[in-house]
Amino acid sequence: MSAETVVRPRRKTLRPPWEEQPSLLGQFGKGTIITVVLAVVLVPLWVVVVTSLSSEKTINEAGGYVFLPRELDPRAYVVIFSGGQVTDAILVSTVVTIAGTALSLIVTVLAAYGLSRPGTLGHKPILFYFLLTFLIYPGMIPSYLVVTGLGLKDNLLALILPTAISAFNLVVLRAFFMSIPGELYDSARMDGAGELRILTRIVLPLSKAVTAVVGLFYAVGYWNAFFNAILYIDRNDLQPVQRVLQQFILAGQSPATSGAAVAIPGLGSSVPPSLAIKMAVVVVTIVPALIIYPFVQRHFTKGVIIGAVKG
Amino acid sequence: MSAPPIVAEKRTAAKKATAVPRQQLSFGQRLRRDWPLLLMCVPAMLLLLVFHYIPALGNVIAFQDYNPFVGDNPLEAFLYSEWIGFGNFEYLFENPAFWDSVLTTLSITAFQLVFYFPIPILLAILLNSIMSPRVRSLVQSVVYLPHFFSWVLVVSLFQMMLGGAGLIAQTAREAGYTAPDIMTNPDTFMFLITSQAVWKDAGWGMIVFLAALAAIDPALYEASAADGAGRWRRMWHITLPGLRSVIVLLLILRLGDALNVGFEQFVLQREMVGREAAEVLDTYVYYQGIAVQQWGVGAAAGLFKAVVGILLIVGANKLAHRFGEQGIYSKS
Repeated sequence: MSAETVVRPRRKTLRPPWEEQPSLLGQFGKGTIITVVLAVVLVPLWVVVVTSLSSEKTINEAGGYVFLPRELDPRAYVVIFSGGQVTDAILVSTVVTIAGTALSLIVTVLAAYGLSRPGTLGHKPILFYFLLTFLIYPGMIPSYLVVTGLGLKDNLLALILPTAISAFNLVVLRAFFMSIPGELYDSARMDGAGELRILTRIVLPLSKAVTAVVGLFYAVGYWNAFFNAILYIDRNDLQPVQRVLQQFILAGQSPATSGAAVAIPGLGSSVPPSLAIKMAVVVVTIVPALIIYPFVQRHFTKGVIIGAVKG
Repeated sequence: MSAPPIVAEKRTAAKKATAVPRQQLSFGQRLRRDWPLLLMCVPAMLLLLVFHYIPALGNVIAFQDYNPFVGDNPLEAFLYSEWIGFGNFEYLFENPAFWDSVLTTLSITAFQLVFYFPIPILLAILLNSIMSPRVRSLVQSVVYLPHFFSWVLVVSLFQMMLGGAGLIAQTAREAGYTAPDIMTNPDTFMFLITSQAVWKDAGWGMIVFLAALAAIDPALYEASAADGAGRWRRMWHITLPGLRSVIVLLLILRLGDALNVGFEQFVLQREMVGREAAEVLDTYVYYQGIAVQQWGVGAAAGLFKAVVGILLIVGANKLAHRFGEQGIYSKS
């Protein structure tokens, strides 16, 4: 990268000298396609956010979804965060995501480290045991019978344990651990460190980035999980947010009848419009992904972005 | 010329140090040395045993007339249920609804091979042709984003945009037209689910192609430009051959996965468009087994899918090796 900038004086464009000038039509076409692609992703998100912040009057005037923001009316958010079904769901999803990610990470890191040195006792069969999960799936029905047989119906553990281990994440971590130079292990062992100490003091600090990314993938998985809740959770106060979202948007349930919109003292008699509440729920399910996203994105595209710059 | 051997030497040295040297140690000595590592694997192995392998073995209830009420818990029920051989499979194979779901699954796979598969490639080529790094990373950030959304969210967003009370219908109403409700029309369901899949994952699917594009030697482009090849000829003779092996590999992997078209996306929309259009193999298993409580038949359908799936994966890997690609597992 630096060598290149030295050799070639910085030009206004990065276009290599041998490439022909772009045609006006081509540039225009490309610009149009890119704009359309960006709009297709961003416009729905924009409409959702704006509508969630709109008052009843604005929504009625627009005939439903609002495109141009008129005001910032946060009452829909006040309502969903002040008790009731949506608040419960947000709590449930947060607990499941945090506890699940912690469990998944600990178990996966331990196993990945345990498998990071070929030649140890039982290495090959144990590795095979993990890799076989790629080929052999448990059926949905036996899984259901096992989980309910363990008495996990209406228990949040049913949303965590069945999906706690991804062999793919384990393989990724193991590959990274194996790339750490062996001298580091040897020197630590010479100083009398046990395996657990080597893992926490040497290996983990060296693999912060990859561990974080694996953790974030687990977290996104837990937050987005929807169907486990249909199978295993019947109680209303233990439903995760995805389930509430499905009930509001796809099953057409009204927030007013489901106990989501309780009367809030101080807001007067005017309850925020149900469309705004629905949109606020949508926003709440998106936000964790948006928070997590920059970290994952930076890690996964760093190589690609640098590598893809034509030189 | 002297640099590579040194690098290679270093690498083997590092490898040797990482790998525990295979000395003539007795089992007891190795156990004494390695037990902490073994212990570390135990929690993950236990979790997989209980929630992956036992359910996988539990597929044998496909050969039972499983009745949850003959015992106090699923294990007892399993022990006391009657074994009926291939009875469930006979029922299944004579059931047109089952074959309909297989057919729907396969046609979705075929449809998406044509209308989904090329889009990440085209996007990657388009992105690669953007000169400005800022525009490029903006586009990347935006198109990767929906990959991190749940299916509930994606289907909800489509419902809000295209549904009967959605943004487009609303705009059309204001202009005095009525827009058709795309979300509930079984005839256009194939397009609908494919566009949902494109919206969610086409951007993310681009990553692997971007990496392949980055690996193409820029000197090839320069040389062919010097030889008078225009923009399109360069794409045809350099870019596409550079992507060939990735494309072949992903195509083969997709074929090996032909019975997997996703589950949540369909279970979410099955009510809206009806069973005929939206029943795939996975939803069939769910509705037969858990909703209708014909456990044995559902498990039989699941086992059928698993076995055919394994055969397809093994076959696809054979094909990959024949094309000189790596596949998901190597021959050794």
